[in-house]
Amino acid sequence: MKLTLKIWRQAGPTAEGAIKTYELDGVSKDMSFLEMLDLLNEQLVTQGEEPVAFDSDCREGICGMCSLMINGQAHGPEVTTTCQLHMRSFNDGDTITIEPWRAEPFPVLKDLIVDRSAFDRIIQAGGYISANTGSAPEANSVPAPRDKAMRAFNVATCIGCGACVAACPNGSASLFMGAKITHLGELPQGQPERWSRVVDMVGQHDAEGFGGCTNIGECAAACPKEIPLDVISQLNKDLRTALKNGH
Amino acid sequence: MAVSGLLFIAFVLGHMYGNLKAFSGEESFNEYAHHLRELGEPMLPHEGFLWIMRVGLIVALLAHVGAAVALWKRAAKARPVKYVAKKNVGSSLSSRTMRWGGLTLLAFVVWHLLNFTIVKINPSNGETGGENPYALLVETFDLWWMTIIYLVAMLALAFHLHHGTFSSLQTLGLTNSAASRARARAAGWVVAIVIAGGFSLVPLSVLVGIIEK
Amino acid sequence: MAAGTHYLPGLTPTNEAPVQKSDDAAGFYQLGEKLVDEKAPTGPIAERWTTRKFENRLVNPANRRKLSIIIVGTGLAGGAAAATLGEAGYNVKSFCYQDSPRRAHSIAAQGGINAAKNYKEDGDSTYRLFYDTVKGGDYRARESNVYRLAEVSANIIDQCVAQGVPFAREYGGLLDNRSFGGVQVSRTFYARGQTGQQLLLGAYQAMERQVAAGTVEQFTRHEMLELIVVDGKARGIVARDMVTGAIETHLADVVVLASGGYGNVFYLSTNAMGSNVTAAWRAHRKGAYMANPCYTQIHPTCIPVTGSHQSKLTLMSESLRNDGRIWVPKNAADCDKDPREIPEEDRDYFLERIYPSFGNLVPRDIASRAAKYMCDEGRGVGPQVAEVGADGEERLVRRGVYLDFKDAIARLGEDAVREKYDNLFDMYERITGENPYQVPMRIYPAVHYVMGGLWVDYELQSNIEGLFVAGEANFSDHGANRLGASALMQGLADGYFVLPNTIREYLADGPFEPVSESHPAVVEALESVQERVNKFMSVNGTRSVESYHKELGSIMWEYCGMERTEEGLKTAIQKIRDLRADFWKNVKVLGSADSLNQDLEKAGRVADFLELGELMCIDALNRRESCGGHFRAESQTEDGEALRHDDEFAYVAAWEWGGDSNEGGQPVLHKEDLIYTAIEMKQRSYK
Repeated sequence: MKLTLKIWRQAGPTAEGAIKTYELDGVSKDMSFLEMLDLLNEQLVTQGEEPVAFDSDCREGICGMCSLMINGQAHGPEVTTTCQLHMRSFNDGDTITIEPWRAEPFPVLKDLIVDRSAFDRIIQAGGYISANTGSAPEANSVPAPRDKAMRAFNVATCIGCGACVAACPNGSASLFMGAKITHLGELPQGQPERWSRVVDMVGQHDAEGFGGCTNIGECAAACPKEIPLDVISQLNKDLRTALKNGH
Repeated sequence: MAVSGLLFIAFVLGHMYGNLKAFSGEESFNEYAHHLRELGEPMLPHEGFLWIMRVGLIVALLAHVGAAVALWKRAAKARPVKYVAKKNVGSSLSSRTMRWGGLTLLAFVVWHLLNFTIVKINPSNGETGGENPYALLVETFDLWWMTIIYLVAMLALAFHLHHGTFSSLQTLGLTNSAASRARARAAGWVVAIVIAGGFSLVPLSVLVGIIEK
Repeated sequence: MAAGTHYLPGLTPTNEAPVQKSDDAAGFYQLGEKLVDEKAPTGPIAERWTTRKFENRLVNPANRRKLSIIIVGTGLAGGAAAATLGEAGYNVKSFCYQDSPRRAHSIAAQGGINAAKNYKEDGDSTYRLFYDTVKGGDYRARESNVYRLAEVSANIIDQCVAQGVPFAREYGGLLDNRSFGGVQVSRTFYARGQTGQQLLLGAYQAMERQVAAGTVEQFTRHEMLELIVVDGKARGIVARDMVTGAIETHLADVVVLASGGYGNVFYLSTNAMGSNVTAAWRAHRKGAYMANPCYTQIHPTCIPVTGSHQSKLTLMSESLRNDGRIWVPKNAADCDKDPREIPEEDRDYFLERIYPSFGNLVPRDIASRAAKYMCDEGRGVGPQVAEVGADGEERLVRRGVYLDFKDAIARLGEDAVREKYDNLFDMYERITGENPYQVPMRIYPAVHYVMGGLWVDYELQSNIEGLFVAGEANFSDHGANRLGASALMQGLADGYFVLPNTIREYLADGPFEPVSESHPAVVEALESVQERVNKFMSVNGTRSVESYHKELGSIMWEYCGMERTEEGLKTAIQKIRDLRADFWKNVKVLGSADSLNQDLEKAGRVADFLELGELMCIDALNRRESCGGHFRAESQTEDGEALRHDDEFAYVAAWEWGGDSNEGGQPVLHKEDLIYTAIEMKQRSYK
């Protein structure tokens, strides 16, 4: 396959960036999208041009390190992470536009790499259950209804990649936040801090400069782990209850 | 946003019901309009109910517009650099047009109030302050372009309600499962079609002559 | 019996100290003094850890905030340790190269975590988990360490559930278990195929809570490039801020390395792209011993390689082996046929045939090697891939065997199979473009985990005082082979329960004399890093870093992979030396050192792999026996099974850095004898 790649290049956090066009030949359908970029980089190094910087780590769809806005879609045209996207989803002769996540709280560090530490700070604000090591009761002493545990698991699969923010026209991180609030809120262990958690996390989210949610749904469509929109409803419900109870 | 939006939904539903009185003829329609002023008497002063409604609506409007502006500002601030390419795959057109659609509706409401409530401008002859609501209605919508303006506004309303109904239920945290989310989506369709459709019936009927003086 | 009596007064050893007769690696190393774990506990095995916890001194809560701890790595071991030590009130500085602690590669572990809870009442116990782990590790692990691991396993589950880890549950709301490769009880707790992710997020959240509390300071996108040793004690690290390129010193009272394994020395592995040996290797070069570096685990159920573009391999949980049946065609002529058209009688379910009692659930090393042999015989399936053989000739081989769910789908129904494995099946389909519900999966072994690592004593302290090592980065618990669902157990055991109880014994000597940034040892460490970075930037050769890594990987896989021979390993050592020499002359790193530069990061990692690879080969060459993940062709039974030589090799090979071999250096081998008292060594048999 032969491709035309339009890639955002930006030398550093404060540098001006621009789209640069590259031609790439010899792409195999079996390659992952990132292996295609590896191929481009190998070619760039040979030509003496600095390779395109992009994030990736596990390359099996679970660490959440990879990002990339591919032809206007977070993680590209399939419901998966960029590292699990394969070139069989594209055709010979295609032009592919590759951009970094765009959001004020996700500043670009270089080329396609952004800083997502805002997500860590949202978790720091309350995305946990306070259980000091050693203080835990016997695991089976508190049964958790299976359906609730299943829902908790399903939304706990969030990988914190930021695709929801990247896809949201408002630049909101409500899906990310809602997933954690729903995960912990569905489990008996998560109840004691349930109301303070949602208030604190939402407060941090807003302070980071993420946009507000208008329930558009682009986030859920972009989520590689298919976290459903109802976690945002859950977030809202918990927030409403929390505020009602004076948190 | 969600609460004021739901108030508006209740209001437009009632408003639409009143408009449909036009099908019962001049007398009935005018009596309805007059009765609105006397509603609640003698417990309430003359036009008391109407003023409660008006104040409520103004407060809701301020809240609604205020929240909208805040969200719009936050969104603009959250994404200062736009994408070169951006596709929307998970959202409805209605959800993406809430802001411009909302502005359209706001502009329409201003004209609508001038037309029928405050100044009572009769666009067919430029007279103001007429005392016959039914006549004003028919004369207004006998003008094809007034009907078009009205229908465009109703389209905007339909879009706004389609997403707004779902969105308000979601914001209130009432859509915590796939099934309840589907119901909220369906409610959006029903509210949009019933209200915008109901409102559109009157001017269309005037234009084609089903309702006449 | 000198070694035995030293370790365990009053207890009867079940084996004699080994005496090595062969010396395959002669000329490649020097023999150093025997190594003794001075901290090894004594007494009945079940009481050793309890006694140790009691005997280790306490640190007054008021003094804890005056003590500082650096932790490198934020996986299960590092993250759990940071959280726990932060909760205790110490000053913790946590480092990771990823953009968030939540992305450490523990996240990719799929199958589950073992714990001796015996919820299934199927005969499990702490002793049985201990027994299985020692046996699974082919009697090359320390019994006291393994027993401790089994003992704290139950606490791990309690802790994780309290943190909100959404383990699978039964309808009654209680925790579910499944059985896992190599064992006959159901003791594995799991969260569908994403157990590692859920456990890591639990540890991450606990750690972030401490960040908010101010006890843990996190440094993301920071890579440790040097260990600072002052007066023989580890007192800090030199790290590079990967965004700004700044080389920084960070000082503390104690340093913990929880930096994971070095499987990426093989280039293709299931490790993350960034997984590397640098932190451990820098410590090794500063004097820390590297133990059993040749013990590599090759995981049997990975998705096969499709071509030379491949950047990494993807593992699929071996829980798949619970329901899938592994086979190849009986006739090589059938290998390119549609597998669905190959009749039952022409299929060779080779694991079930060779190992009737364990069948498809034999330990990983056995399953892996069996698959390799089938493909070597020409009965592999899938696309033909070019490879260079040990003879140096290029040939086309099919590297894959079928993992078939047809029977499981017929027995349980597609929905039940889907509920158990849907994410794995989806992942497989995404990568290969084939639907595993209809066509059998193709799998092939890949490097997955390393049992080797920095040498530590019972307290997880390396031979450098004040340097502790936890998780995959140490060598301690898995012997020569790790059982499934035990890596998560060990990482969390070290981080939550072991390290916090042993590090306090060291810290009880504090407060320590502060070290200044201008101390000669600190300055030397900082300058050496700057010099090395400048060196990478100034070679200005013609070959990409990536190409060196790829070439090293293919040498390692061919000669130091699933089957190792004396001749092959000697060839590999020479090839690696040549490659390393060329690297320093010819590598090309673009960009600048004072900004984000992924090529520069990679250059440092590959340079260290080029040294580690050689040591792995020397270790493998010296160990002329087959044990666990290490299979020497010279040491096998008549029917091709691994043959251990306990009389010669029942020891931990701890290697001391002796300088670069291209400059005449040779590593020094220190042997730590393995003496068992609570278990008898047996030849492993899964037939």
